[in-house]
Amino acid sequence: MGAAEAILLTVVTAAVPLLLAAIGELVVERSGVLNLGVEGMMIMGAAGGFAAATLSGSPYIGIFGGLAAGIVMAALFAFVTLFLVANQVASGLALSLLGLGLSGIIGEPFVGTPGTKLPALAVPVLSDIPLVGKVLFAQDILVYAAAAITFGVWWFLYRTRGGLIVRAVGDNHGSAHALGYPVIRVRLLAILFGGACAGLAGAYLSLAYTPLWIENMTAGRGWIALALVVFASWLPARVVVGALLFGAVSILQFHAQAMGLGIPSQFLSSLPYLVTILVLVLISSNRSVLRVNTPASLGRPFVPDR
Amino acid sequence: MRRLMTAAAAVLALGMGLGAAAAQDKLKVGFIYIGPKNDGGWTQRHDVGRQELEAALGDKVETTYVENVPEGQDAERAIERLARTGHKLIFTTSFGYMDPTLKVAAKFPDVKFEHATGYKTAPNVSTYNSKFHEGRYVIGQIAAKMSKTGQAGYIASFPIPEVVLGINAFLLGAQSVNPDFKLKVVWVNSWFDPGKEADAAKTLFDQGVDVITQHTDSPAPLQIAEERGMHGFGQASDQIAFAPKAQYTSIIDNWGPYYIRRAQAVLDGTWTSGQVWGGFADGHVVLAPFTNLPDDVVKMAEETEAKIKSGELNPFAGPIYKQDGTEFIPAGKVIDDGTLLGMNWYVKGVDDKLPQ
Repeated sequence: MGAAEAILLTVVTAAVPLLLAAIGELVVERSGVLNLGVEGMMIMGAAGGFAAATLSGSPYIGIFGGLAAGIVMAALFAFVTLFLVANQVASGLALSLLGLGLSGIIGEPFVGTPGTKLPALAVPVLSDIPLVGKVLFAQDILVYAAAAITFGVWWFLYRTRGGLIVRAVGDNHGSAHALGYPVIRVRLLAILFGGACAGLAGAYLSLAYTPLWIENMTAGRGWIALALVVFASWLPARVVVGALLFGAVSILQFHAQAMGLGIPSQFLSSLPYLVTILVLVLISSNRSVLRVNTPASLGRPFVPDR
Repeated sequence: MRRLMTAAAAVLALGMGLGAAAAQDKLKVGFIYIGPKNDGGWTQRHDVGRQELEAALGDKVETTYVENVPEGQDAERAIERLARTGHKLIFTTSFGYMDPTLKVAAKFPDVKFEHATGYKTAPNVSTYNSKFHEGRYVIGQIAAKMSKTGQAGYIASFPIPEVVLGINAFLLGAQSVNPDFKLKVVWVNSWFDPGKEADAAKTLFDQGVDVITQHTDSPAPLQIAEERGMHGFGQASDQIAFAPKAQYTSIIDNWGPYYIRRAQAVLDGTWTSGQVWGGFADGHVVLAPFTNLPDDVVKMAEETEAKIKSGELNPFAGPIYKQDGTEFIPAGKVIDDGTLLGMNWYVKGVDDKLPQ
């Protein structure tokens, strides 16, 4: 395995949790809801995934555990913001805090227990292609899932009637309601999808990235995912670019350090954030594209007038 | 009716008096933790020490702990609450509790305080810390014996003197075996981020290192070593469960003996304020059982440990050269503790520029 291939593999691993969480949040925000609780749903996914995997002995069952934990947290958020019409920002922040605390309780019996890593599923022949073979065709199931979900979200949002409705709800919930679209139901489903994705992202951390459970192991990745969505101006392709870029710079700065290039490590550590923001801001500098893609109803609660 | 009330009050007073008498027999010992008690690292090791204290002194002590106390204002409140509720000995186990501890200590002169890793004391405030670098010297020797590539990787958290001291001790140990031994350092700028620690470990292995060690808290780097068929060392606790084939040994924080000694001193009335920096000899630092190592390397490691314990060997005995080759201390002299605690330069052979 060459150095370039090794680096590519590590970059993908670093990008996948961000991509999963961000693509879910993208759908949520496209429907006009701002859920700042990604970190909380993600850490619950990590705890739920690890708990389910350890108790059942199968990392695949663990994936469902993570999925379920993310969806339950999202359902809580949906109940509070859609049906009780609570402030979305405050509820989202509360969800993050709740997730951090609750995951600590769920995870407590599993501290100090090594987990089972999700196995890599290699596609015969294709995975032997030099350089990109292993990166594209010898990953674990969650990496393939992340790619499929991302493509699916793009296709859904831009090639289906359902996607058009989601975007309409996010842009002007009043008009969408007047046209007879079920605003609350659309948003509920979007929030649950976002929770499922964040749960998967968390499960990826505790089942594949570092197969262990420790409190607060997401270490802020949920917040990075949230930022990615905004800087990618709510476009799926740009979220992919952002996640890969962030992963790549994170890994390359370690390589720069290990080579002893003598660049201050604090500067290198901040590079992933700087580079990702800079690049995404540059490619999003076209104001008309930004205006078209920003969900106009983002964060505004919807109360149907009867 | 009034008589009944008086009787009730008398009974109540009697009950309270008895309660106070019973409490006086026991020494109440309080602990303030920065993280959850089962964090698998720093805080967990303090909590193990607390449990050892309870086990050793049994009925004579009663312990209380408060978890997840942020440094600063909240810490002051938590420490004061312990002091108000009859705790006569209070351990505050993180660097950032230093000023809050001193503030509360000034208000409760009859309560003894013990602050971990700080440097400010008072008549009723002691400080205590461990010479983890003694362990790092030993594992440096092991790394140099076992590495086929002649270089190790070091995953570091923040460029503070304690971490730099550990890096230097590790490399000095390694160079005592192989004078040309090289060390690659990667800073993750976090105490705790399993994902980043794993990425750093992968990077080091991808760049040709075959032994790693870390001054961060999670077992993630060891898991990567296990996955890659490489080797490493545990941190804070024995992490053999995470890397049965990769872990050589682990530097274990062992606070129990100190906690028992200090609680006993309060019970005996012999407690005095002081500054303790304990290593192998005091039982503060312990190495996990040696695994995956040939007998001669185990023997060497055990001998080094014994020599450090007896004082025959000082990891920071001269001659010691700085990274640029200038001599810092000549042969026959040792670097004193004060200089070690403020260390902000690399010894010769570190393949990194120290972030300032």
